[in-house]
Amino acid sequence: MGSNTFKGGVHPYEGKELAKDSPIKEVLPKGELVFPLSQHIGAPATPIVAVGDTVLKGQKIAEAGGFVSSPIYSSVSGTVKKIEPRRVAVGDMVNSIVIESDDQFTEVEYTKTADVDALSKEEIIGKVKEAGVVGMGGAGFPTHVKLSPKEPDKIDYIIANCAECEPYLTADYRRMLEYPEELIGGMKIILKLFDNAKGVLGVEDNKPDCIAKLKELVKDEPRIEVCELKTKYPQGGERQLIYAVTGRAINSKMLPADAGCIVDNVETIIAVYNAVKNGIPVMKRIATITGDAVTNPSNFLYSMGTPYTQLVEAAGGFKTEPEKIISGGPMMGFAMFSLDIPTTKTTSSLLCLTKDAVSEVEPQACINCGRCVEACPENLIPCRLAQFGNTGRKAEFESWHGLECIECGSCSYACPSHRQVAQSVKTMKKLVLADKRKQKK
Amino acid sequence: MSEKFKVSSSPHVRAKDSTSRIMLYVIIALLPATLFGIYNFGFHALILILVTIASCMASEWIFEKIVHKKNTLPDLSAVVTGLLLALNLPAGLPWWEAVIGGVFSIVIVKMLFGGLGQNFMNPALGGRCFLLIAFAADMTNFASSKFEAYSGATPLGMIRNDGISSVKVMDMLTGRIPGTIGETSVIAILIGAIILILLGVITLRIPAAYIITFSVFMLIFGKERFDLTYLVAELCGGGLMLGAFFMATDYVTSPITPAGQIIYGICCGLLTGIFRCFGANAEGVSFAIILSNLLVPIIEKFTVPKAFGMVKEAKKNE
Repeated sequence: MGSNTFKGGVHPYEGKELAKDSPIKEVLPKGELVFPLSQHIGAPATPIVAVGDTVLKGQKIAEAGGFVSSPIYSSVSGTVKKIEPRRVAVGDMVNSIVIESDDQFTEVEYTKTADVDALSKEEIIGKVKEAGVVGMGGAGFPTHVKLSPKEPDKIDYIIANCAECEPYLTADYRRMLEYPEELIGGMKIILKLFDNAKGVLGVEDNKPDCIAKLKELVKDEPRIEVCELKTKYPQGGERQLIYAVTGRAINSKMLPADAGCIVDNVETIIAVYNAVKNGIPVMKRIATITGDAVTNPSNFLYSMGTPYTQLVEAAGGFKTEPEKIISGGPMMGFAMFSLDIPTTKTTSSLLCLTKDAVSEVEPQACINCGRCVEACPENLIPCRLAQFGNTGRKAEFESWHGLECIECGSCSYACPSHRQVAQSVKTMKKLVLADKRKQKK
Repeated sequence: MSEKFKVSSSPHVRAKDSTSRIMLYVIIALLPATLFGIYNFGFHALILILVTIASCMASEWIFEKIVHKKNTLPDLSAVVTGLLLALNLPAGLPWWEAVIGGVFSIVIVKMLFGGLGQNFMNPALGGRCFLLIAFAADMTNFASSKFEAYSGATPLGMIRNDGISSVKVMDMLTGRIPGTIGETSVIAILIGAIILILLGVITLRIPAAYIITFSVFMLIFGKERFDLTYLVAELCGGGLMLGAFFMATDYVTSPITPAGQIIYGICCGLLTGIFRCFGANAEGVSFAIILSNLLVPIIEKFTVPKAFGMVKEAKKNE
């Protein structure tokens, strides 16, 4: 059994009180919506609409570009205006379908499943794949691939990642409070695929109300239990979560399935539920619009493709001019230089900070203090890896296990010399991995 | 683009800690030993402490001016070096020798290797060892009218020459003995050590490994074998406690790997034991630590910890 926690990690200011008590509200999009064709890990989707076509809400506009890929659906009814590269949150230009909404939200007919129990395993996975479900915690890995491990009988844990360890984020929290039946319903559907597995909802203990509610709901479910996790960042990291729940440790060369586990985020499991039970594809999700610069920090049910600008407007705009805006949480999110960027399947939050804590301080010399070593959940020596990165020493970077880094940022957070430890390690990791791919070819 | 926001790599938040705050904690933890030293050795000790700190700060400032580097005095590391060096000097040392020690510590040991974080040897100890060799007589002159019972010799020297019965162990605990300014009172040093541990500045790995190894070594090879009074006297005498908690634990010159810290502590303990038992001097802490400093890169190389999830994989492959 697990220890409900992991070694290392940090305790950043939580900031969840800002948006925690704001119930989920739907934001209807208007005007132009942008659907990047690459919102997931794997091959980009292929457009199946042309400029000038009229589309309905819930209509498929791009087909999966391979097995590890995912289709994309329009979240509005309207006209396809353009198919062109657009800037996305991580900063890249990605080929995207641009649709002008007609504000009617005319929807396609969804085929509901009357009896989920009558579905075969293949049918369930087929529905998940068809609905475009991907890991909505941020990674965007196609869920149907995750649900198709080589040896399904060896899977004994389905873990719902309900940790929400990133500071400020409250989207999963509100989901669990307001839609717990859908979460448990989704878990039951996934459990149908794995006969030997039990479902565990891993929730950090800073959400006692969620824990109480979920425990009440699963008390008659023999295959599902709630696991209270100690609040610590990055408890929601896949390897850390598996360790906390099961006591099994995996490294970068292993998949969760190698440890008999499948991990899915709250939002993903609810997407599975909607896909299988109601036949509704992935078009909407919850995001937290928060930070000290936002007038009314909120949790919104929004339509994917909506630009961030509209979500900020819905939250009452800015009360102070933000210095930094982040797609995602403060530990692993991406800083954006503009709000004119579309939301995607993996958008869980927009954080607007009046003060940028990073550019305020100047990096100083590393004093070898070991704060980063204490903080690293992967038992690495981050400051040394950063040094190898900055000086291009690839062999040493590898022999000091640099490729095991999960990029959680705890080292940079803890560094008293305010060095960009994680940035150096992440950059070097990309270079080493690129070298390895070249060698393979 | 109408708006422009700041962008940087994640994470976007930082802990409140800072280098200067850590250095300040070390200074605070050294205060009990410093104050006791001034009380013990009088006004001249205070002057010597101030002169040494000023010498270190001035050296760093002037060096950085000359080579056009950013002024690093605000990180307080020069103050820590100056204070540590002063605590390792006899109170009667001529002030200009202390100044030379400070210059050597900062310029030769620290700045020429690249400044804070780059030096491989503890600057304060490097400076002290330089002075020990250059001004041997002044550096080992502990004569003071205050401690007539000791007639100018340190307790460790007396044990070496006349045996354990010649010293009072209780005096060594409180610090009413001759010695360098900051090393005499074990109680004051331990109060500082507790402050360091409680503030999270150091862990027990290095000091514990150091002290345990040294104790075992002295019990086996010491002058009075398996004699606990003798062991306590050896532990309290010389700069052992100051060295184990404040010098061997210097971040820059000790290993960063947890296992490496223990091995490094053991090295310090062994070398101190060897120097004290078989060397020409009753002391040995300073040389033991700076020699162990030299071993740090090798120790680190062989103690890279297994990453999370790799232990089990290794077992599986067997």
